[in-house]
Amino acid sequence: MSTPRSTLAAAALLLMTTAGLSKAETPHLGKPIDEAAIANWDISILPDGTGLPKGSGTSAQGAAIFAEKCSACHGDNGKGGGPAAALVEDRKIVGISASQKTIKNFWPYATTIFDFIRRAMPFTAPRSLSDDEVYALTAYILAENKLIDAKETMNAETLPKVKMPNRDNFIIRFPDRI
Amino acid sequence: MDKSADRNRGKRNQDLPIVAGNGLIDRRALLGRGVILAGAVGTGIASSSAGAEPLAEDPWSLEVGEVTPTYQTPSKFEAKVVRTRSNPNNEPRNSHARTPHHLLEGTTTPNGLHFTINHGGIPVIDPDKHRFVIHGLVKQPLEFSLEALSRYPQTSRVTFLECGGNSAPMFSPEPMQETVQALHGLVSCAEWTGVKLSTLLEETGIDPQAKWMVAEGADSPRLSRSVPVKKALDDAMIALYQNGERLMPGNGYPMRLLLPGYEGNMNVKFLRRIKLVEQPAMSMYESRTYSQILPDGKAYRFYFLQEVKSFITNPSHGMALRGPGLYEISGVAYSGTGRIEKVMVSADGGKSWGQAALQEPVLSKAFTRFRMPWRWDGGPATLQSRAWDEAGNVQPTRAEFVAVRGELTKPPPILGFPNQHYNSITSWGVAASGEVKHVYA
Repeated sequence: MSTPRSTLAAAALLLMTTAGLSKAETPHLGKPIDEAAIANWDISILPDGTGLPKGSGTSAQGAAIFAEKCSACHGDNGKGGGPAAALVEDRKIVGISASQKTIKNFWPYATTIFDFIRRAMPFTAPRSLSDDEVYALTAYILAENKLIDAKETMNAETLPKVKMPNRDNFIIRFPDRI
Repeated sequence: MDKSADRNRGKRNQDLPIVAGNGLIDRRALLGRGVILAGAVGTGIASSSAGAEPLAEDPWSLEVGEVTPTYQTPSKFEAKVVRTRSNPNNEPRNSHARTPHHLLEGTTTPNGLHFTINHGGIPVIDPDKHRFVIHGLVKQPLEFSLEALSRYPQTSRVTFLECGGNSAPMFSPEPMQETVQALHGLVSCAEWTGVKLSTLLEETGIDPQAKWMVAEGADSPRLSRSVPVKKALDDAMIALYQNGERLMPGNGYPMRLLLPGYEGNMNVKFLRRIKLVEQPAMSMYESRTYSQILPDGKAYRFYFLQEVKSFITNPSHGMALRGPGLYEISGVAYSGTGRIEKVMVSADGGKSWGQAALQEPVLSKAFTRFRMPWRWDGGPATLQSRAWDEAGNVQPTRAEFVAVRGELTKPPPILGFPNQHYNSITSWGVAASGEVKHVYA
């Protein structure tokens, strides 16, 4: 049952609810921060090279770092045999098993190599490498896989230009969800 | 069990409305279930009271019990109800823990048994010091503490989370003799509570150029995934609570991205940063790990969706039925697209099907428990379930699935992820001995 009083109250409530849905009514408890203050965390790199830092490295420089900091897990010269995946392999994909994926036959973008080393490697000491060291290791892995010339220097300009063999071999599963 | 009792029970069960081959009974029998099941029990087990032992007092009834704990844990007699782990010694690689579906009921995965995969161990995060920032293509970058987020309007939703690699052993060319935990243990379902991401993005503002956001965790590999802004504005949330309590450490404490219906790995745990960008970052996990090789040598990218799926949890591989009679076939169904519309069950390897009862409430993108009464006559049976979602998507048969996605040439390591996004029918073969094994049918 409805009395005039409760009808008024309901109308008032409806007004309040409608007001509550307006964009201004969120708590605003986030603290404004500028990009400079986020810079130390902002390690996002896009495949076009956006976000790549200054610095550079060569395969020769990378070889020495790899032997010291990476080969214990990834094997001598990245050829596997340790607890972590091989990084230098030349094989074709036959069938559907993911175990065949290699940097050379599957990874579509060279920037991903830099990104993953910088954010996650070495496994037990992530973020301990300088950007120059990450560029050098990236150059080393690319050169050992014969994806770049051993003399090429990797930096923010050259790395995004490395054309990975499998780049155009992907199908977006559900385009309407993007 | 003497044969006259068997005959007697068989006769009594003939009254039950059979809906499909090999003894499947109309689900509506469950509505009057008290009567029917009581009748069956009365016929089978308690047919004679001649050998019944007199009831004695048990020791636990003759002494004062234990102290009430501050945080209770399951009975010591339930010690087998645990997750199975891939890396119990925390070696330098990833680590999975699988949910024991065959030992659970209902639709809520207890927090201690929710599956987890961690790629660099579980970080020990001080919630007072944890910070979460949203930046990039926004009008105003903002930093949030857990305390701040806890003051926002909270929203709860029940949703399943499934690893894109769940059920990967089903790509094997022959059925791997493993439990439902080993085959399907990388999916769980919980009630998550937190803040809608759209609320926070309303405060930062979004540059119209932003089409993607890169989410990043505070774990040692800074796990990073690209997510369309479309999903962020749809039903994404920053989850702070799991089944009413703060997130479990292995599930992302103190906060995680929750993308209902999307591949587990995208639901970034220990969330510390979201950067809005124009294009996907092509992180290792999206451009390599969670891209699936197809039979023609191409690969899927940005699969995202965990498609409609179901599996029977009871009975399932490794169990043994204790003689012919009435059983309830039960399992879970779910779809990343929405609600489960119906689940059909077969006891004869897919020759005939009966519609299962769905336990209410049936929620969008959540586990739905299905139940099917079944009279096992003691002969060979092959149990299957098949789910439909409200969008009309149907769980494929194994043959339909393999025709599109292929299968391996030999059985993979049981802990491996040879391919992903497997959602076809699981079959359990029941032998005359009552033994239940994984089969392909």
